[in-house]
Amino acid sequence: MSKSAEALFLALALAATAPVMAGAAWAASDAPKVATAPQAAPAQPPASLPVPKVTELGRPALKEEIAAWNIDVRPDGEGLPEGHGSVSDGEQLFLDNCATCHGEFGEGAGRWPVLAGGRGTLKSERPEKTIGSYWPYASTVFDYVHRAMPFGNAQSLTPDQTYAIVAYLLNLNDIVPADFVLSRENFPKVALPNNPNFFDDDRTTSEKEFWNANPCMKDCSGPMKVTARAAILDVTPDEGKDAPKGNLE
Amino acid sequence: MSEIESSPDGAKGAVNRRRILWAAGLGAGLAGVGAGRVRAAEPDPNIVPVPEWSKTLGAGVNANPYGKPSPFEKDVVRREVTWLTASSESSVSFTPLYALDGPITPNGLCFVRHHGGEAVIPPDKYRLMIHGMVDKPLVFTLEDVKRMPGRVNRAYFLECAANSGMEWRGAQLNGCQFTHGMIHNVYYTGVPLRSFLEAAGVKPKGKWVLAEGADAAGMTRSIPLEKAMDDCLVAFGMNGEALRPEQGYPVRLVVPGWEGNMWVKWLRRIKVGDEPWGQREETSKYTDLLANGEARRHTFVMDAKSVVTNPSPQAPLLHKGPNVLSGIAWSGRGTIKRVDVSLDGGRNWTTARIEGPATPMAMTRFYLDFDWNGQELMVQSRAMDDTGYVQPTKAALRKIRGVNSIYHNNGIQTWLVRGNGETENVEVG
Ligand code: HEC
Repeated sequence: MSKSAEALFLALALAATAPVMAGAAWAASDAPKVATAPQAAPAQPPASLPVPKVTELGRPALKEEIAAWNIDVRPDGEGLPEGHGSVSDGEQLFLDNCATCHGEFGEGAGRWPVLAGGRGTLKSERPEKTIGSYWPYASTVFDYVHRAMPFGNAQSLTPDQTYAIVAYLLNLNDIVPADFVLSRENFPKVALPNNPNFFDDDRTTSEKEFWNANPCMKDCSGPMKVTARAAILDVTPDEGKDAPKGNLE
Repeated sequence: MSEIESSPDGAKGAVNRRRILWAAGLGAGLAGVGAGRVRAAEPDPNIVPVPEWSKTLGAGVNANPYGKPSPFEKDVVRREVTWLTASSESSVSFTPLYALDGPITPNGLCFVRHHGGEAVIPPDKYRLMIHGMVDKPLVFTLEDVKRMPGRVNRAYFLECAANSGMEWRGAQLNGCQFTHGMIHNVYYTGVPLRSFLEAAGVKPKGKWVLAEGADAAGMTRSIPLEKAMDDCLVAFGMNGEALRPEQGYPVRLVVPGWEGNMWVKWLRRIKVGDEPWGQREETSKYTDLLANGEARRHTFVMDAKSVVTNPSPQAPLLHKGPNVLSGIAWSGRGTIKRVDVSLDGGRNWTTARIEGPATPMAMTRFYLDFDWNGQELMVQSRAMDDTGYVQPTKAALRKIRGVNSIYHNNGIQTWLVRGNGETENVEVG
């Protein structure tokens, strides 16, 4: 090994043992100095991060660029494009583009998502969460269908097609009549029935009991017994088994 | 082996076959059972004669230009539960927690959840747009992102809000890979999101940001501006290298302590607005249905949680005598302060040893060294964070939330270890 290579090696070895390099220059010839100036590794600082200066990086976004990507639609209708579509046009579009997965009436084929029905099931053992039974905003249907559906051909539907499909989905969910024509103008008037049943995260009050400085350590209960076992269901992945319908969302 | 095969209580054959597979990977069954040191009657053939690998040359330094794990570790892989969803482009593959140690998750084993498959974005074609209620809408290239001042390195856990979601109604999956494997913990390299927002100049009315991915799901989430300005990162590195494709290469959002779905991968757009956007992933999904039919929304924070990874169903106990119980704990509200372990189903607790870094919103490793005499164990762990939050029992959670919530199941997990070392996911009462 050459002299300088040796020195480099030494420097690397030392660097590996020194907890943190304080950003100092550490030329190979300088190696011993590095070893004598180790610094304790700073603890990971708390959540707040340092503020760098606002920079000149990035360039102004053009109007056309923003228009191409600005596809979100808000509950108050902000973001809806100009356009309209009828339930009957929507039915045909849905049969052509969506029904193979979601079923002709949004009932869901196989394990693909169910889009209609389920009213009155939210308190039951098997809630069926659909646009009609669960979703709070019609705007979400427009936004999502345009941004992500049909699965594998996202952002392919025109505004009019999207209005029509949303109208059909609302009709399947008994929210608008069969002769309804959905448009940007009447969109804000469409209300979904489950909207009032959402409330903001309240865990710090409703689950206050989970904050407990002194949890029990000894004899916290009587003898514990097994009350349920995964082996009975036996749905853990394994070759050659029938699998149940999933509930991952 | 035979001891494990002849399991009591008629556990189904499929489980036994699988258990044996995993146990075999570890090299032995409950063979040398018995107390005290075992004496060798004959010289160990792994010592005498001297093994072949001590005599012949091995592979050269660059036989494997991007190093891979030892072939003996080939079973340590992510696994999918195919029945969960209709297609693997919208599905999840789980971190093999039972085979990992330390606080950091290796990049290739970080769980993967896609909603529209893995987007492939050439780095030179990557663009990040900041617009909405800002003074100057801006576009950044990847080079711009990497030239931003104030780059940081932070370890954070990312947990899917649906982690343990299959367990609300009762013990279901046999293995912490499946019950808890929608989590990983890596070191991110990135730039505070605040820098980008300040570069664009947020208007006073701005209260929320919408983060959007460039994948075929167009993944979107509304994030309060306060959080965006606090500790969110625009990250391009994980554990010292570029983001893996399945983790959002080249750029993902890091939202420390908050549900994984918000950590938008393939981040393409940040829009500032004055109200949340009511996107599909914050209405239809990622809202927590309670027993009375009402639903909590914007439940962003991941509560304190922990799980024992060894022993666990995929990592049964193989020896009597000294054993190392190992597990992980994390909290989206702060730093893990303490982890207690129970071997009798929660009746008595011992404080475990936290080992390695315990930093805010990062996974923390704990150990409990213990002696096992072959008695049945009901193993649990209970995490506490620096806000005083104590991981609740599943019963306590269900009392408040019912069993239909799917998300945010952070209840205490129980593993039943039988006399033969075989371990099962159970519930106790
Ligand atoms: C190839 C199958 C397929 C086709 C075709 C398809 N979808 Fe989907 N759809 C899916 C999958 C998969 C999801 C869930 C995606 C995820 O996991 O994020 C979904 C989700 C949805 C949802 C949200 C469901 C919920 O409860 O959150 C709606 C609404 C929807 N699709 C509407 C449509 C419409 C309208 C069309 C036709 C324009 C369509 N889909 C075509 C597979 C499909």
